[in-house]
Amino acid sequence: MTLVSGWGRFPVVDSEVLRPRSFGAVGEAVVAGSVARGNGRAYGDAAIGVARTIGMTGFDRIRSFDPATGCIRLEAGVLLSDLIDSFGPRGFLPFVVPGTRFVSVGGAIAADVHGKNHHGEGGFGRYVDSILLRTGQGETLEISREQNSDAFFATVGGMGLTGVVLEATMRLRHVETGWIREHVISASDLDAAMRALEAGDSATYSVAWIDCVARGNDLGRSLIYLGEHARADELADGADRFPLGKTPGLAVPVDLPSMTLNRLSIRAFNELYYRMGARRAGRDHVVSLYPYFFPLDGIADWNRIYGRRGFLQHQCVIPQADARAVLADILDRVSRRGDASFLAVLKKLGHGDGLLSFPLPGYTLALDFPVRGDILNFLDEIDRIVVAAGGRIYLAKDARQSRATFEAGYGALSRFNAIRKSLDPAGNIRSKLSQRLFDEV
Amino acid sequence: MTSRMSVLVLGGSSDIGRAAARAFAEAGYDVGLAGRDAAALEPDAADLRARYGIEANTWTFDVLDTASFEGFVAGLPALPDVVISIVGLLGVQQNAESDLAHATTIMRSNYEGPSLILGLFAERFLARGSGTVVGVSSVAGDRGRASNYVYGSAKAGFSAFLSGLRARVSRGGVHVVTVKPGFVRTRMTEGMKLIGPLTVDAPVVGDAILNAVEKKVDVVYVSGKWRLVMLIIKTLPEAVFKKLKF
Repeated sequence: MTLVSGWGRFPVVDSEVLRPRSFGAVGEAVVAGSVARGNGRAYGDAAIGVARTIGMTGFDRIRSFDPATGCIRLEAGVLLSDLIDSFGPRGFLPFVVPGTRFVSVGGAIAADVHGKNHHGEGGFGRYVDSILLRTGQGETLEISREQNSDAFFATVGGMGLTGVVLEATMRLRHVETGWIREHVISASDLDAAMRALEAGDSATYSVAWIDCVARGNDLGRSLIYLGEHARADELADGADRFPLGKTPGLAVPVDLPSMTLNRLSIRAFNELYYRMGARRAGRDHVVSLYPYFFPLDGIADWNRIYGRRGFLQHQCVIPQADARAVLADILDRVSRRGDASFLAVLKKLGHGDGLLSFPLPGYTLALDFPVRGDILNFLDEIDRIVVAAGGRIYLAKDARQSRATFEAGYGALSRFNAIRKSLDPAGNIRSKLSQRLFDEV
Repeated sequence: MTSRMSVLVLGGSSDIGRAAARAFAEAGYDVGLAGRDAAALEPDAADLRARYGIEANTWTFDVLDTASFEGFVAGLPALPDVVISIVGLLGVQQNAESDLAHATTIMRSNYEGPSLILGLFAERFLARGSGTVVGVSSVAGDRGRASNYVYGSAKAGFSAFLSGLRARVSRGGVHVVTVKPGFVRTRMTEGMKLIGPLTVDAPVVGDAILNAVEKKVDVVYVSGKWRLVMLIIKTLPEAVFKKLKF
């Protein structure tokens, strides 16, 4: 057995890790209590098998690519970084990328990850045409919106619980350049931030970095980043059409003592960040896609900033109607507590596609907290507010929500469970997350 | 007709072989992948074609079947610009100490086969007046260690062969590269205890091979740290060395 954890390094649990080398060996690797794992960027316990964790990053081949349509067939272990590096220079990018490029295609499907364009263009699964799935029962199925559609909509966003994603066919977006034309707006409080995001609805990409230590009149002050793919004629003379993504140069070498993150250092950092951003506000400028989409990828192992005990990310979505009041309540509690992350992320989401897909029309707020003190109780308190507002918590980030919170948030659970049961009657596919949140006890 | 350069990777299904093939394909080379099961290499060839828009083919090649080597080289539609042997077998030292057949397989896989096939290509390259031969050897060949001297001695022989070949053919326009990767996270080393700061991932080796070919480097220690480590290990007096456990 090996000690395994997600990106947040909480919880750390025992699971046997296997890395099969062929699809046949994947099939043989599935025993009672198995789940597939991509590049381990889920924050909590989603990609840890109850008994066995099946590492899929070795399956990293592109099977075919059609430059006329952008249609690509690939193995589940291909990382989005790999896809961007190989196909970006040829004018193609994934339609949807999350905040890190170091996720696998299989993981991106299982979490139906969203990006800064979810409000207009939807999630990762929307651009997946079909999936080759190895079910817990031992069948290998090609699933799509037309063929085995129940299995398809349970697999997109299904956290790997319908089986192991082996391959997928998806569409890439044609782009002229690897640059983003960025427009920064500074918002002095939550109302201004939400107005700016509403006004930015027509932008392809929009996201707000919110200062969650700011209080009183400053509560919710943020920088809103709108973005469009830059055309070739918008680049400076001599600029590369496609800038290369650097492998992270900066790395966090050791686990920082948890003292490093305190009220003062966070407050100072956020003050600086806000002022630097505000200086850039108003004007359009062109930035490489890497810092625009993946601001934290520049620092390897940034999860170590939170110290040995790890950290928790709390990402909720609040339906549109009550979002203003509910977000203000949450932010007020967080700012009074004072130990949340440097920067929180606020953005608008649209409709989700999969049965367990996280997005719903409204606002999502993501916050990081170091694991210490009474944080679990505090997050339970936030969860109650989320549930009362008809919201839910993102499974790919979750390590601690309660069954009650989960069941209240995900209305399609019973439908999902019925499909899962039909694909895997013996219940072989089980993760620590499913065990914690919804497997029959 | 294409004017692209071409590389032939012997041992193309290994992790280092795949990494080297990707590095060369990304640099615009057409790629041949050779291994015992050509059909099993086809997905990797398809991957290279789709990713980099180059030509990629697969070939059947068994390093233990030395009798087939002449025919294998003659059967290629064109002589490649670069040939890389990544073939090797770590084996199990403890078994090799008493099982002659196992020891023989290790020796033949790491020395006899790779040397003979690269020697054959070098002759063809010499006749043409150009070409690069790359042998992936090992730091284990720098000094025999108690824990893996069957493998190490075969790699030592391979390194010596490449060194001599280099001296002979370099004036004829043919370049010979010896690669000593050190610890690499691959299928071969899965489950072994590797020293973190001395260990690299396969793509690092692939890039190092491409760099050595393009810059005409003779001997490459993939991680520079290994050059120092092996210098120390090589200079230890035998009387001291034999008392060490590693």
